[in-house]
Amino acid sequence: MSLYSEEEAKKILEKVVRFSKADGCEVNLTGAEGGNIRYARNSVSTAGENSDAILVVQSYFGKKAGTATINEFDDASLEKVVRRSEELAQLAPENPEFMEPLPPQSYGESRTFSEATAKINPDFRAQAAANSIRLAKEKEVTSAGFLEDSNTVAAMMNSKGLFAYNRATNVTYTVTMRTNDGTGSGWVTRDFNDVSKLDTSEASKVAIDKALQSKNAKAIEPGKYTVILEPAASAELLRNMLFNMNARPADEGRSFLSKKGGGTRLGDKLFDERINFYTDPWHKEVPAAPWTPDGQARKKMDIIRNGVVKNIFYDRYWASQKNVESVPFPGNAILDGGTASIEDMIRDTKKGILVTRFWYIRTVDPQTLLYTGLTRDGTFYIENGKIKHPIKNFRFNESPVIMLNNVETLGRQVRVSAGGGGVNFFLPYMKIRDFTFTSLSDAV
Amino acid sequence: MKRRDFIYLTGLGATAAMLPGIPVMGHDIHPERALEKVDTTTKKRMADVALNAARSKGATYTDVRIGRYLNQYVITREDKVENIVNTESYGMGIRVIANGGWGFAATDKTDNDSIAKAADLAVAIAKENSRLLTEPVRLAPQKGYGEVAWKAPIEKNAFEVPIKEKVDLLLSVNDAAMKGGANFINSYLFMVNEQKYFASTDGSYIDQDVHRIWPTFFITKIDATSGKFETRNALSAPMGMGYEYLYARPQDKIQGITTLYKNRYDMLEDAKAAAGQATEKLTAKSVEPGKYDLILDPSHLWLTIHESTGHPTELDRVLGYEANFAGTSFLTLDKWESKKFNYGSKLVNIFADKTQVGSLGAVGYDDEGVKCGQWDIIKDGVLVNYQATRDQAHIVGLNASQGCCYADNWSSVQFQRMPNISLMAGKEKKSIDDLIKGVEKGIYIIGDGSFSIDQQRYNFQFGGQLYYEIKNGKIAGMLKDVAYQSNTQEFWNSCVGIADESDYRLGGSFFDGKGQPMQTSSVSHGSSTARFNGVNVINTARKLG
Repeated sequence: MSLYSEEEAKKILEKVVRFSKADGCEVNLTGAEGGNIRYARNSVSTAGENSDAILVVQSYFGKKAGTATINEFDDASLEKVVRRSEELAQLAPENPEFMEPLPPQSYGESRTFSEATAKINPDFRAQAAANSIRLAKEKEVTSAGFLEDSNTVAAMMNSKGLFAYNRATNVTYTVTMRTNDGTGSGWVTRDFNDVSKLDTSEASKVAIDKALQSKNAKAIEPGKYTVILEPAASAELLRNMLFNMNARPADEGRSFLSKKGGGTRLGDKLFDERINFYTDPWHKEVPAAPWTPDGQARKKMDIIRNGVVKNIFYDRYWASQKNVESVPFPGNAILDGGTASIEDMIRDTKKGILVTRFWYIRTVDPQTLLYTGLTRDGTFYIENGKIKHPIKNFRFNESPVIMLNNVETLGRQVRVSAGGGGVNFFLPYMKIRDFTFTSLSDAV
Repeated sequence: MKRRDFIYLTGLGATAAMLPGIPVMGHDIHPERALEKVDTTTKKRMADVALNAARSKGATYTDVRIGRYLNQYVITREDKVENIVNTESYGMGIRVIANGGWGFAATDKTDNDSIAKAADLAVAIAKENSRLLTEPVRLAPQKGYGEVAWKAPIEKNAFEVPIKEKVDLLLSVNDAAMKGGANFINSYLFMVNEQKYFASTDGSYIDQDVHRIWPTFFITKIDATSGKFETRNALSAPMGMGYEYLYARPQDKIQGITTLYKNRYDMLEDAKAAAGQATEKLTAKSVEPGKYDLILDPSHLWLTIHESTGHPTELDRVLGYEANFAGTSFLTLDKWESKKFNYGSKLVNIFADKTQVGSLGAVGYDDEGVKCGQWDIIKDGVLVNYQATRDQAHIVGLNASQGCCYADNWSSVQFQRMPNISLMAGKEKKSIDDLIKGVEKGIYIIGDGSFSIDQQRYNFQFGGQLYYEIKNGKIAGMLKDVAYQSNTQEFWNSCVGIADESDYRLGGSFFDGKGQPMQTSSVSHGSSTARFNGVNVINTARKLG
């Protein structure tokens, strides 16, 4: 049993806080149930379920803090973990950046839980995989996919009386379809809180179509091209940009948001004026937990508005140093789009490249947020409003900051997981001019 | 199945992005508890309970891994300790074959009932999975070794060194860097001890004690007037060693344009040098793009070997098992079968070796009880072999596994992971200076930097830490904004010189990711300094508005 109700969680946490003999403590309780299924070569390779609960206690004496964890919840164990965290706090060196826990906060209601996802069982996963494998066999392609679901509870309490509780579910599915001759490959990603929105057959068909259409790709010269980026392609670049929008490195002079001569570029117009990038924990497509792991309330907030940097993220310590309100790191990010469909965007393109996804993105220069990576699993040449033919994959060297200045069209939005980091995105299809491809790859 | 609790270390400041997601597996413990051991009699008893329970439920093969995984991480910046992490993860994973299919279950409860229940579950899963099989699992034969043990030949167990000593070392390193002109430094000590016990129905009971250590730092130097900054990371290597890696010795230093390190690392000296070099980088010449002859130091070349030789010769990638995540491989079976696929120039000999002393991948036996050894991957430039596990050996005509099975935790399913893969040193006597002497227009690259490669391992781009221009056989000054792009086969065919054995050094990856759900592993790559002709170099400088 790991999914405690709000009442049960509160009871456990109150007990833990009562055991504390330190100056104060903060306790986080998380419980998770979930499972996964993986398949390759049109056959299931691994499948599993897991269940766990963990209690993390941080005790502090002055500015000395220690953390201990436990996965047993009887009274003796709870007292033991509190004592252990206190012992470790006494051993720890003083941390001048330690911040005392917050007093009680008020949070908005959460939208992160779905009953349907909580009910996923091994049969459901096996069927989801079987549907995909069947379609692959019918079309004589080879499937490899992974479905992972989770059902989690997070609760926290501290010695100042703060209490927070949230339930969340998530399902992520990816599938790669490769033609049996190895010359075509397609891929799809889907991510939802509510599994009733997931159809692995529909997703698999998209991947199969891409695989078949990408067969026998032609090489074209690297250079600067107009690109239409599917949301799965731009997500990781935007995630990387978001993770580099912390105030502290900007103030320290080692960020793309550092100002020449000192300070940050908060308030500067760094992007095309159509760029509106914001967070909203109650967004119906990408809901996020209404509180952060340290108990701060999340709120709807602009990050970029009309191309101007409106908010950068201050942790509580850095905010105290700069005499500003802390700005917690968001749990989701939304980039405003438009009404154009992908078909409309292709129709309006004289010469360009459609990119399904990017792969192996790594920082080249943190100063300009220059990244390198490659296209993968479906890259197509567009001419006079039509997809002309598949093309060989390219390596790019590009910065999301430059990319968001070279916007031609923002289309319809799609939810996409950006591969870790705990932030989900709702992003538009984007047409970008002068995107820099620097070399060709033979990879399929 | 018990879930591992991954605690990702976040909020470590600007340079955290330079590290991969650092998994800390396990529960926090008092540092002294790391020195306690579980005795082998208890582990053998637990293993026998699992082996018998699985057999009685119909398993035709069972292996059991009882693992105690200890991590200690010390994390500092400038004059502050940011975090000290001590974790332990202890439990048992049971893998079985029943009805020709694999099944796996794990438990952290060590009483007989819980073990038997986990064994039952593993058999039930195997039977369920067998219904979806296209062909039954074929295991290469493996003899039982009886009760045996292997211990990493370390001199000083890092977990015995008081935390205060480690904190003092990092803070003195930080102080030296700051006094040397650095604006910021983040420094880290990562220490791992895997206490692994393996038992199988083949009759093996194997007890192993594995140690790894990685001291590293990131330095930043800022030019306030121009608003520019430069970084320089440590030139250390993660090693399969104890704390002795940090006891510097003159015989392990290679003097040159900067000091390079063999089997011992002088962290203080490197930090001082790094502070000066980060400053020098600010005013260094921005590279002119074009073709250059590259002289690559082992502190850099290890990553190119890892990405362009290590990963594409993983047999599970070649077969398509990683198609949905890491990708497949351009080194398809037909290329191996032809026995003449020209991977590199005749000088290129690349070998797998799980026995290399001090390497990250060194163990006596892998995680399916196979005694480890060494074998050729690329011989005189030709692809001759892959990396295989017991259920893959038959695919490449082997009658025994090459011992490439690894799981990152007792609760993870073991699968094919990369052994140490290294470039053999040149046979002729040749130094770094000899290599540089022959270059008219080139760049000498030290340290690993940005890295990216496609999903079949053809096209790659690498950066480094230090770049020196070579003009007419001499170093002509520092460069910046350098990255090279090439194609694996083209690159290795452009290898025209490799320094001799006296220059041979290890580099490696402490947190190499693979699989879904992702597992990490640690692996070393050795080489001597090598020369590659006519490689395409790009300039990475950009301007933001």
